Amino acid sequence: MDEKPIIVDVEHVKKTYRRGQYIIPVLEDITLCIREGQFMALMGPSGSGKSTLLNLIAGIDRVDSGAIRVGGVDITTLSETDLAVWRATHVGFIFQFYNLIPVLTAYENVELPLHLTHLSPRERRQHAEMALQVVNLSDRMDHYPAQLSGGEQQRVAIARALITDPTILVADEPTGDLDRRSAEDVLNLMARLNEESQKTIIMVTHDPRAAQRAQTLRHLEKGVLTDADCQAPV
Amino acid sequence: MLIVRLLFKNAFRHKFRAFLTVLSITIAILAFVMLRTVIGAWYAGVDASSASRLVSRNAVSIIFPLPLSYKDRIQQIDGVHLVSYGNWFGGIYIDEKNFFANFAVEPKTYLDLYLEYVLAPKERDAFLKDRKAFAAGKKLAAKYGWKIGDSVTLRGTIYPGNWDFVLRAVYWGKTDSVDETQFFFHWNYLNETLKKTAPSRADQVGFYMIGVDNPDISSAVTAAIDKSFKNSWAETLTETEKAFQQGFIAMSGAIINAIEIVSFVVIFIMLAVVANTMAMTTRERIGEYAILKTLGFGGWAIGSLIAGESVIISLCGYICGVVLSFPAAAGFKQALGMYFPIFKVESASLVMALVSSLIVAILAAVVPIHRAIGIRIADGLRRIG
Repeated sequence: MDEKPIIVDVEHVKKTYRRGQYIIPVLEDITLCIREGQFMALMGPSGSGKSTLLNLIAGIDRVDSGAIRVGGVDITTLSETDLAVWRATHVGFIFQFYNLIPVLTAYENVELPLHLTHLSPRERRQHAEMALQVVNLSDRMDHYPAQLSGGEQQRVAIARALITDPTILVADEPTGDLDRRSAEDVLNLMARLNEESQKTIIMVTHDPRAAQRAQTLRHLEKGVLTDADCQAPV
Repeated sequence: MLIVRLLFKNAFRHKFRAFLTVLSITIAILAFVMLRTVIGAWYAGVDASSASRLVSRNAVSIIFPLPLSYKDRIQQIDGVHLVSYGNWFGGIYIDEKNFFANFAVEPKTYLDLYLEYVLAPKERDAFLKDRKAFAAGKKLAAKYGWKIGDSVTLRGTIYPGNWDFVLRAVYWGKTDSVDETQFFFHWNYLNETLKKTAPSRADQVGFYMIGVDNPDISSAVTAAIDKSFKNSWAETLTETEKAFQQGFIAMSGAIINAIEIVSFVVIFIMLAVVANTMAMTTRERIGEYAILKTLGFGGWAIGSLIAGESVIISLCGYICGVVLSFPAAAGFKQALGMYFPIFKVESASLVMALVSSLIVAILAAVVPIHRAIGIRIADGLRRIG
């Protein structure tokens, strides 16, 4: 089997948080690589640093030391402005609590990231409708988040994450706030995106059932990866 | 378009809070505009004064008179084309609360000098012919229901006794800034009566009103008049009509300053209200701003969203305040029109209120913007859920 190129390369990353006068180590010398098209799950107990690692890979937090290359770009060297532009283009986010803008409809929430692109209003409309079609919510596009179930809101969030065709999709406990059936729907959708569109997905989860849907499973404990640094997809 | 929709939706997301904030701004703008209008009303006389008219009065104080004999000497000074004179009469109509300005003037020269007072030719003739005649401004006559031919009695305060007059003319202003609440009558009627009742006060005038050929020579004429009466027992102080009016206003300068300060305090209160609303709003939405940052929206976009929301709320309050200021000014004028005959909302006040609203909106957004832009995305996201 041909190995696909490495899309995310995390190299000797360290991260600490300051809480008052205390410095709390969160990640210690993390080295990890993820290949293009890989669906990887990160598991570990609370406080192990999973979400922090995800945030660092997604460029919404800064490392203390080490390097993170995504698609060949060392994002640890980018300025805040450049990092924002990079995120808009390369990362799709799926959060535990969906994080939709409550005053915007499903369609408007999905369309929102496209306002950072040069697409025309017509093109934006086409893209947003297509993304909602992919998550099977075409008939709910004019509904506000409060009018949708948790599972539907998460599917809208997935559509929003997909809309810019990002390099990687990061999902932080995407099923953490869903009932079993909705969680299953969301996981099926993510698996489908990975299989059919070859989307690289990094998912943090507590849920072993969710983790089983990933091709690769990594464990973090007390800020340390317990598995091998870099491994090929299963 | 979506961003504009988001701005408006955010601004009115908490309808009751938005309503209260807009209401506060409305009241602040209304108060600001009304206070500025009061200040404007104070200066209305200055605005209406002519550049080609001078006023000469006793150099010691306006309460001291000047001899009538000065008229001919002033008339002979180069550049003077017309001289009129008058006295503040200070009469009371029925009750002290019925205040209006009333003067004894030399009628012919006065009307020739004050061309902004427009009289129907027949009424003008009737007014000039009848020594006991008086002319009243349109608004004053309307207020007391006076008709041509009506007899009106004023009770003298400076000149004791009851003074009977007959309304022979009603004037109206050539422009909006002309005071239409004045009452003026023949100086000779006053003087002849004084000759009988208080001869020592006769043949004295309170002030001369002097028309000059050209406003450019006003200062030369002013100096020439004052020089003519230098070292006399009644020296003159001559100034332009504008300066004369400003001198009166200066007497109530402390009140005007106080009103001016209060008008800006109102703006400061408005700033506090909007800043409080924006601070609460931003604190509640910090998670949403973190989401927008996560999606790639930069500080500029987030700052614009917060500032835009602040501007929308402030402008809504501004519009409501301005709309209400017109009926409020009309009501104010109805109630206090005798004291403020020219009371209209000036466009300059509206522009000043608009600029103040925009400055308040931006200032109120500064700290929230700083907070929203400065927050780490991870910290902001932690606030959700």
